[in-house]
Amino acid sequence: MLIFEQSHVGRVSKAQLPTGCDELISLPSNALRTSKPNLPEVSEMQVVRHFTRLSQKNFSIDTHFYPLGSCTMKYNPRACNTLASLPEFTGRHPLGPSLHGQGFLACMYELQGILKEVTGMKAVSLSPAAGAQGEFAGVAMIKAYHDDRNDSERCEILVPDAAHGTNPASAVMCGYQVREIPTGKNGDVDIDALKASVGPKTAGIMLTNPSTLGVFDRKIKEIADIVHKAGGLLYYDGANLNAILGKVRPGDMGFDVIHMNLHKTFSTPHGGGGPGAGPVGVSERLRPYLPVPMVGKKDEQFVLLDENDCPQTIGRLSAFAGNAGVLLRAYIYAKMLGREGMARVAEFATLNANYLLKKLMDVGYEAAYPDRRATHEFILTLKKQAKELNVTAMDIAKRLLDYDFHAPTTYFPLLIPECLLIEPTETEAKETLDEFVDTMAKILLEAKEDSALLRQAPYTLPVRRLDDVKAVKQLDVVWKKTEALKA
Amino acid sequence: MSNTPDDRKYADSHEWALLEADGNVRVGITDHAQELLGDLVFVELPEVGQSVGKGDECSVVESVKAASDIYSPVTGEIVAVNDSLEDSPEVINHSPYDDGWIFIIKPVDTAELDDLLEADGYESFTEDE
Repeated sequence: MLIFEQSHVGRVSKAQLPTGCDELISLPSNALRTSKPNLPEVSEMQVVRHFTRLSQKNFSIDTHFYPLGSCTMKYNPRACNTLASLPEFTGRHPLGPSLHGQGFLACMYELQGILKEVTGMKAVSLSPAAGAQGEFAGVAMIKAYHDDRNDSERCEILVPDAAHGTNPASAVMCGYQVREIPTGKNGDVDIDALKASVGPKTAGIMLTNPSTLGVFDRKIKEIADIVHKAGGLLYYDGANLNAILGKVRPGDMGFDVIHMNLHKTFSTPHGGGGPGAGPVGVSERLRPYLPVPMVGKKDEQFVLLDENDCPQTIGRLSAFAGNAGVLLRAYIYAKMLGREGMARVAEFATLNANYLLKKLMDVGYEAAYPDRRATHEFILTLKKQAKELNVTAMDIAKRLLDYDFHAPTTYFPLLIPECLLIEPTETEAKETLDEFVDTMAKILLEAKEDSALLRQAPYTLPVRRLDDVKAVKQLDVVWKKTEALKA
Repeated sequence: MSNTPDDRKYADSHEWALLEADGNVRVGITDHAQELLGDLVFVELPEVGQSVGKGDECSVVESVKAASDIYSPVTGEIVAVNDSLEDSPEVINHSPYDDGWIFIIKPVDTAELDDLLEADGYESFTEDE
């Protein structure tokens, strides 16, 4: 039931109203509204129960295994949140003088350095407030670089067909045309197709490595050389950074610009639409274009660098300096892990993924790239089951919910038919992975014995299979007062 | 296996191309393609009068699962589009080879159709895929 539907005209929690509450409103009468806001009129108890019940319906990493591929739904240590919430941080006003925020700025200055070190880039700006904004900033810097050199014939960005959908979208946002590069049979970028596509029009290429296919592109050096020789720059989408933390660095692979999703890799819960943080790192030649503000040091004091300090900057992306809370959590997480810890994250993330892949293959699932070692995630294809049993990847995903597991990513990447993209992350125990395998084996058995059962799943959740076609065609998410409730 | 009409040609990107009596080429997507995509919810049609090259992206179909580009199987000029798909994209799911056609091209050179697959060739191509 929506909280609006519980509303009764004039209802307030009078019984527990604090004494003298009426006097709290000391605004002059001309500043007070005369009509009531369109809000539910409910008691405090109703509000508490309503939102507690809603929270109990959550599927979250705190309650369930959440193997949503390419999203890195890992456990975020509570300590990061506790320390980032210290009143000395939360009380700081973003427009206050730098002198009043030296502690915060010192943390940000150090975080810039840590991210530079982890990615092998030459400079970092923390200001992009999400992954998509980081991508936009990255491509905008590539454009600024070419424009500054009067090399504005370069109008194409190459994007492999395995890329995240945001990559071509960001390229188009910056005024580029997108040219798609196919993937070879083994999951690596098709080098011959790449060679045929680069030329004087190439502004750059946007790559994720490891790719969304769950494999590390072994020819990355060759790709970098081909694109650089053609005069283009290399953009690294940091979505899958978790797999390579402390092991290999995009800067060493030849990338010129990278965005990181701190809300995935560096300890901020995500998936509800934010807040996120998508810092960008660059090679030497893109350094002048980094978005402001950045944190610098002048006369032993930390300061925010602006347009005056960085005249070639692509500018500001938001009113202030990015999402401070997310950046602080990332800083604390990085300090807790240290250099050794970073590598450990990557090791356990890839170990868990490869263990899960092997076990799932043992119980009868088909890997999209059986000959390749998985990175932090891997793809199963249910092509055979769809054909023989009329059971789709979606049916299996929905059935998993009945067994208290969050479904993996379905139907992405688009290249692989009937696919599940599974990312267990480094924070799961072997027992949890084994339970997941047992459940997947059970579902495969159900598919063979009673496939109709799967097509109707889930059975145990508050809502059953939704009409996703109707939801897209007749999207209606605004609550409207019905006649019955007005009475 | 889906029933693939043998009166037309097929691209490995899953479009069909039908040479009509007036010399124009009618284009749509195959039954196999609509099945892979699932329930379609949106179709972006090309503009009438637009010039397209063979292999150019000229239309987009979107399902609850994915968005997919439609490539022109021949070079030419768009002379008609199936407007009814804007309100009822699901027609492609129900009738991919007839009512669900997407656009008609006036081709520069019908010989370009020779590069495409025959029905049985397309069927074995989708079997292997």
